[in-house]
Amino acid sequence: MSALNRKLFRDLWRMKGQVFAILLVIASGVATAIMSISTHDSLRLTRAAFYRDYRFADAFVSLKRAPESLAVRMAEIPGVQSLETRVVAAARLEVENYSDPVVARIVSLPGTHPPLLNGLFLRSGRLPDPERESETVINESFAQAHGLKPGDGLTAVINGRRRTLRVCGIALGPEYIYPISPGSLIPDFAGYGILWMARKPLGVAYGMDGAFNDVTLALAPGINPRPVLDRLDELTRPFGGQGAYSREDQISHRYLSEEFKQLEQMAFLFPAIFLGVAAFLLNVVVTRLIATQREQIAILKAFGYRNVDLAVHYLEFVLLIVAGGSALGLAAGVWLGRNMSEMYLEFYKFPFLIYELTPEAVGTAVGISAGSAIAGTLVSLIRAARLAPAEAMQPASPGRYHRGLLEVLTFGRRLSQPTRMIIRNLERRPVKALLTVTGAAFAVAILVSGMFFRDAVQLMIDVQFKLSQGYDLTVLFTEPSAQRSVHSLAALEGVRHIEPFRSVPARFRAGHRSYLTSLDGHPPGARLRRLLNEKFEPVTLPPEGVVLTDALADLLHVKPGELLTVEILEGARPVRQVPVVGVIREYVGVFGYMDLSALNRLMREGELISGAWMTIHRPEEKSLLARLKEMPRIAGATMQAKALANFEETMAKQMLTFAFFNTLLASVIAFGVVFNSARIALSERSRELASLRVLGFTRGEVAYILIGEMAVLTFAALPLGLLIGRGISAMAVSNVQTDLFRVPLVIEAGTNAFAVGVVLVSALISTWLIKRDLDRLDLVEVLKTKE
Amino acid sequence: MGCEQHAGAVESEPPVTAPNWGPALRSDSVYKTGQARPAIVEDVAEAVFSARGITKIYEMGEVRVEALRGVDFDLYAGELVVLLGPSGSGKSTLLNILGGLDRPTAGDVNFRGRNLSRARDAELTEYRRAEVGFVFQFYNLIPSLTARENVAIVTEIAKNPMKPEEALALVGLHDRLDHFPSQLSGGQQQRVAIARAIAKRPGVLLCDEPTGALDSATGVVVLEAIDRVNRELGTATAVITHNADIAAMASRVIHVSDGHIGSVEVNAARKSPSEIHW
Repeated sequence: MSALNRKLFRDLWRMKGQVFAILLVIASGVATAIMSISTHDSLRLTRAAFYRDYRFADAFVSLKRAPESLAVRMAEIPGVQSLETRVVAAARLEVENYSDPVVARIVSLPGTHPPLLNGLFLRSGRLPDPERESETVINESFAQAHGLKPGDGLTAVINGRRRTLRVCGIALGPEYIYPISPGSLIPDFAGYGILWMARKPLGVAYGMDGAFNDVTLALAPGINPRPVLDRLDELTRPFGGQGAYSREDQISHRYLSEEFKQLEQMAFLFPAIFLGVAAFLLNVVVTRLIATQREQIAILKAFGYRNVDLAVHYLEFVLLIVAGGSALGLAAGVWLGRNMSEMYLEFYKFPFLIYELTPEAVGTAVGISAGSAIAGTLVSLIRAARLAPAEAMQPASPGRYHRGLLEVLTFGRRLSQPTRMIIRNLERRPVKALLTVTGAAFAVAILVSGMFFRDAVQLMIDVQFKLSQGYDLTVLFTEPSAQRSVHSLAALEGVRHIEPFRSVPARFRAGHRSYLTSLDGHPPGARLRRLLNEKFEPVTLPPEGVVLTDALADLLHVKPGELLTVEILEGARPVRQVPVVGVIREYVGVFGYMDLSALNRLMREGELISGAWMTIHRPEEKSLLARLKEMPRIAGATMQAKALANFEETMAKQMLTFAFFNTLLASVIAFGVVFNSARIALSERSRELASLRVLGFTRGEVAYILIGEMAVLTFAALPLGLLIGRGISAMAVSNVQTDLFRVPLVIEAGTNAFAVGVVLVSALISTWLIKRDLDRLDLVEVLKTKE
Repeated sequence: MGCEQHAGAVESEPPVTAPNWGPALRSDSVYKTGQARPAIVEDVAEAVFSARGITKIYEMGEVRVEALRGVDFDLYAGELVVLLGPSGSGKSTLLNILGGLDRPTAGDVNFRGRNLSRARDAELTEYRRAEVGFVFQFYNLIPSLTARENVAIVTEIAKNPMKPEEALALVGLHDRLDHFPSQLSGGQQQRVAIARAIAKRPGVLLCDEPTGALDSATGVVVLEAIDRVNRELGTATAVITHNADIAAMASRVIHVSDGHIGSVEVNAARKSPSEIHW
C-alpha cells in the first residue's frame, strides 16, 4: 500500500467519530430513498404479477338479468379475447359472535372448470364442489377478521332467504386486492366479505338459474377499450345494463392505483428532500473537513504532488465514507423496504410479495450522495490548490476582525473578552456561520416535514369524522326506498335522530374531463351530515344545482356558476346539465352533493332515499343493530366509530408508519449534522483555543467560546428551520393529493417542539463529546507544530 | 512532457561524487552584491540557481508587505550557503521562491537555465517533485504516517530515489523506522524531515530554520545530518537561520536584512557542526 493510502486509512480512523456521523447522514439519505422506492416498485411489481398470473379482467359490465345467448354476441365484439358470464349476488351475512352488520358480495365460479378470468389464489382448502350447494370460498381478510377456517359454518341471507354455508377454502382474487364495499372509502375487513360459490347453487338461490347478471372480459392487448365498452352498453341496455367499465374504473384497481399514486409521490418526494438535504450537509461537512487539511495539502504540494494526485487522494477519502454510508443505507433501506412492503400486505391482499430493488433505485440514491460529496471535495480542493503552497503552509493570515454592528447593538463595552470573540468570529465569517445555520435549520426542517403527517391525519380525522359527520350509524337499503321508510326506522328503540339521504353513482363531465363518483342528495338543513367551507363552517345546500368538493372542482376545472354534465348510472340513467352552485372542503373522497328533492327531480323518480344517518342512544346500540339485521330491506349498517377505527388502522397507519421511519432517519441526519459542525469547529479552532489555555484561560472559559458560538448558531437555526420545514411540508402536501384524500397542511406546536427538541438534544450530546476533546487538548503540542 | 524530459536530464548528471564547492569560493574576499564578482566564479563553478532583481510584495489583509526588494543571488553546485538574517528580513520568502513554492512579483530566477519566475503551476510542481528537498522549521511531518512512510510519501513519486531506510540511516534514524511523529523527539522529527527531503536525491536542499524549534544539542545533531548530506551527496544546500553561530558551517554566508542582501562572506574553512555551540 502506498504511503498516501496509508495516510488515508489512518486519517479515516483518527476522525472515526466524525466519519461515522457523516456516514450516518449518507446512510439515512440512502435508506429513505431505498425504502421508499423499493416499497413502491415492489408493490407495483407484485400487483402486475398477481394480475397476470390470475388473469385479471380488462372490462366489466353488470346487468339485471340476461340469457347466455347474449354472451355469444358479446364475444363477437372486435377486440374481445375471451369473456366469462357469472352471477354476482349481494347478501347479508351472520357470523357467530359478531353483532355488527356484515354485508357480502357473492361471486359465482364456473364450477366445472377454474375461472377463465379473475382466478383465485387458494390460501387453504379447495374450490367449491359444484355438487355440494352449500360450499363457499371466502376472502382471506374476511376470514382473518373473524377467525374463520375451512369447515366453519356461516349464515347468508340471499334474496331474503337465510341459508347455511360451509367454508371450503380461503382465497385471494385480483378483483379484491383492496376489498372495499361500493360506496365506502375505507376497507372494513370484518364488515364486508367476498364469497365465491359454484354457479349452479348460487344461480338457483339468487333466481339466476340459466341466466347471468355480470360479465368479465379480456381484451386484446393495447386496444382502446372505449369502442368495446360502448358496444357492450348497447348490447346490455335491454337487459338492464349498468354501464360497462374498464379496469381503470374497477373499484379495487382504482383505489389501489390512487394509493399507489400517493405512495409514489411520497416515495419520490421524501427521498428527494432527504437526499437533497443530506447532499447539502455532506457538501458543507466535506468542504470544511478538507479545509482543515490545508497544511497537509500544502506539504504534499511542496514535495511535488500534483493537484490531480491530491484530488484523487481526497476523493478516495470522501468516496470511502460515501461507500460505507451507502452500504449501510442500502442494507437499512432494504430491510425497511421489505418491512414496509409487508406492512402494506395488511391492507392490500396480495397472495405473495415480490420484493424488488432495481439498479436504478440504488444508482439514484448512491449517485446523489456520491455526487454531492465529490462536489464538496472538489470545491475545497480547488480553493486549497489556488493557494501557493508557501502561503497554505502558514497558518491562515489573521482575518479582518472589527467591531461589528452586532457588538455595537449588544453594548460591546459591557461584554467579556470571550463573548466578544464569539461575536467577532461570527461576524467575520458570515458565510460559514450561515452554512452552519442552514445545516442545522435543514435538520429541524426535515424533522418537521417527517412529523407533520401526524398532525395532518389528526385534522383529517377531526374534520371528516367529527365536524362533518355527526351521526353514529349509517344504514343502507337494499334498494332505493320511499322516504317514509325513515319513519319506521325512527320508531326503533335507541334511535335519537334520523335523516335520510340519496346516493347514486354518477359520472361528472366538464369539457373533455370526466370523473366517476357518486352524487349524494341531502335533506334541507341536515344536521347529521354537514358540508363545510374552507373555514370549516357549515354550508347550506342551495335548493337547485350541484355542490362539489374542492378536489372534484379542481379535477374537472369548473367553478361555481358553470355548467356540468351529470350522467347518472342508476335507474333511468338520466344525463343532465346541472349548474355548479358551490364548492366545499373535504379531505377524504371526491363527491358531488345536491338537495335531496332536487336529486329526486333530476332522477325523475319519486321521493326515494338510499339510506339514512342516525344518532343513537349508546346503551341500546347492540339491540338496535340486532333489530336492523333482521330487517330484510336493510343491506347494511356501519357504525361511525368503526369507520374511524378502520381509517386509523388502514390509511392513517400507512401514512404514520411512513412518517415514523422518515422521522427516525431525519433524527439521525439531524444528529450527524450538528455533531459534525461542532467537531469541525473544534479542529478549526484548536490552536487558538489552546493558545488561550496557555494564557491562563480555564477549560470552562475556553469551552464557552466554542460552545457559545455553537449555541448562537443553533438557536439562530431553530426558527429558520421551522420556516423551511413548513415550506417542505407544503411541498409534500401539494404532492400527495389524490382522489382518495387530500392531506391538509397543518403543523401543530408539538411537532415543532419535537423537531427543535431533537436538534437541541443532538447539540447537547455533541457538546458533551466535543467538551471531552477540548479538555484533552495538548497545549504544548498544539503550539509547537503548525499541523 | 517537457517537464519529464527535464527530470530525466537531471538524473543523468552525476552530482553524488561532485566536489564540495567550486574553486572560486576558496578566496577570503568579501564583496557587496551588485559589485562585479571574480570572473572565475562564473567560469568554473556551475550555478545551480541564479536569481536577478527579485522583488516580492505580499498583500496580507489590509497590509502591504515588501518582503524582497531587488535581490540577486547565486547558488553553486555542491556548496552549502547559510542565509543569515533576523526574522522578517525576507530570507524565507527568498527560499520559498527558490523552492518553487511561490513566484516573485518581479525579477528572474533560473534553476539550471530554467526560468522559474514565469513557470506555470504544473511546471513548478514538476520542478519541486524532481529537484527540491525541503526542510521546515516545524518539520511538517504527516502525523498519521510513520518515519519510514513519511519518507516513502516522497520517494513514491520520485524518479530515482533512495530507499526510505537508506535515507533514514543517513540521518542516523535506522532504529526509528516505524515510529510515528508523536513518538519522536523534535530533533528526531527534524531528521526524518531531512531524510524525506534528500531521499529523492534532489538537485537542491532548502532548509528553513531547521534548528529553530530545537535546543542547541539537538540542533547540532540536525545540522550534522545536513552537513553530511551536503558533503556525501554533494547536494547544493541553502540553510536559512537567524542564528549567526551556524554560519560557521557554511561555505558562503549571505547576510539578508530588510529585503536586501547586505554582504556575502566566503569561509576559508567550513567548521564541522560538532564544533558549533550556541
